[in-house]
Amino acid sequence: MVDEGTRKTLSSIPLLKTKAGPRDKELWTTRLKEEYQALIKYVQNNKEADNDWFRLESDKTGTKWFGKCWYIHNLLKYEFDLEFDIPITYPTTAPELALPGLDGKTAKMYRGGKICLTDHFKPLWARNVPRFGIAHAMALGLGPWLAVEIPDLIEKGVVKYQEKSEEAK
Amino acid sequence: MASVEELQRKVNELEAKLAAAQGNVVPMRQKIDVMSSEVVDSNPYSRLMALKRMGIVNNYEKIRELSVAVVGVGGVGSVTAEMLTRCGIGKLILYDYDKVELANMNRLFFQPHQAGLSKVDAAAATLQAINPDVSIETYNYNITTIDNFQKFCDSISKGSLTDGPVDLVLSCVDNFEARMAINTACNELNQRWFESGVSENAVSGHIQFIIPGETACFACAPPLVVASKIDEKTLKREGVCAASLPTTMGIVAGFLVQNSLKFLLGFGNVSHYLGYSALTDFFPTMSLKPNPQCEDSYCRTRQAEFKAKPVAVELATEVTEDAKPIHDDNEWGISLVDENSPEEETPTLSLVDGVQVAYSIPVDNSTPESSTGGAVAASELSLEELMQQMKSM
Ligand SMILES: [Zn+2]
Repeated sequence: MVDEGTRKTLSSIPLLKTKAGPRDKELWTTRLKEEYQALIKYVQNNKEADNDWFRLESDKTGTKWFGKCWYIHNLLKYEFDLEFDIPITYPTTAPELALPGLDGKTAKMYRGGKICLTDHFKPLWARNVPRFGIAHAMALGLGPWLAVEIPDLIEKGVVKYQEKSEEAK
Repeated sequence: MASVEELQRKVNELEAKLAAAQGNVVPMRQKIDVMSSEVVDSNPYSRLMALKRMGIVNNYEKIRELSVAVVGVGGVGSVTAEMLTRCGIGKLILYDYDKVELANMNRLFFQPHQAGLSKVDAAAATLQAINPDVSIETYNYNITTIDNFQKFCDSISKGSLTDGPVDLVLSCVDNFEARMAINTACNELNQRWFESGVSENAVSGHIQFIIPGETACFACAPPLVVASKIDEKTLKREGVCAASLPTTMGIVAGFLVQNSLKFLLGFGNVSHYLGYSALTDFFPTMSLKPNPQCEDSYCRTRQAEFKAKPVAVELATEVTEDAKPIHDDNEWGISLVDENSPEEETPTLSLVDGVQVAYSIPVDNSTPESSTGGAVAASELSLEELMQQMKSM
């Protein structure tokens, strides 16, 4: 099953209510508001737990999302661009989170840098339609993926630490 | 001024032409107007037309009028498209947004010199060289996004040689999202289609014939898997996402096209579900009724339409006049739904041995996974304000 830490994180993210996808016009706006509320709460939780690890934003339609996620390893911060589209079948199907910068660098990815999810993800998502949203996909999918893959990629020298060139940020 | 996208498309097209020119210096044969059964070494259709003479297919040349959409031109889709091309299909519509990579070379069809080309352009060049009689249309986009989904639906509903709906859609995609998108489109358009798939461990696969309202749609049940007889505990997923074998993909493509031909040309029995387990050479077949509580509202609409139809109108394939009556050992299970037998369908599926659902969904879906976070409360803030709040965190 999903590990205890992930389960705890997951359960502290507010659940969504509206079953609506990008083709549902007004209901989609309602759903988008819920998505943002859950994400804001999740980021707040992370900050309080001193485990702030991503930022996300979307275009106006809420169908294209982009942002950054980062992972601290041996006191160094490794940062990655994150992006995904909301499929028309959302929220029945989860978004496919992608780290395009790592595309082709690890076997735990599909084309385009889409991360490979564990066997737990899809059943858990399916059982929680429409309550799970983007924040849950991040906590259940990307969080554990980074924790397993990034240390390994650093060790193999595939991912290298990059000094921040722009200090003011 | 042309957009970057248009320019990119043009570059891809030219690259495909160049590659085709480099890889194939053999002159293309002339187009053939009418399929002939004459057995001469220059007739590419003689062995196909022989099916007619042997009484297997009554009207093989009808294939020239038919159009098929192949969604996903990877390990299964490319082979599927090649088979249909060699069979002389009237029109093929190909969809994929991926490029050919050297990592694909463990599969059939694509060649190393095509690496870097879009899969649809590379495939179109090869297929057109194999059979110039086939009309080929390509779409290089992801069908699951809001921008492309409508284009996808339009191309299916107006994609035939006479600008009507295509005769069949074949799903050869490798992910759940795309399958669901095809399912959504086909339920809305009342379009018959085949779903196909190969497991991520490469040792099992399946095809499923979906007639909206009449057989189970892809959303009627959780995904089905053929039991692989591999102990889950010994299945190692460390370090890789998915494996693939040209054999399994070729076999599934063969099943897919074989059943497509039977459906399109009206011969033999069309399997509603056919599974394949490579480790045990096990091939379960079954028929699946739609779920009255399917999440897809169009599926439920199609079910009501099907129920309202008079008996014996829909028999899956064209029934010729001298067709034998459907008899008892018709194990692929097209049965006449008799309005007098109120067979109350429960949402529980009756699956053949060796096929199971990938996961179960509790019937009472109202109790969520334990959550201390509660549910989101209605927010007074507008969407723009919430977006701004998230941005400023
Ligand atoms: Zn259904």
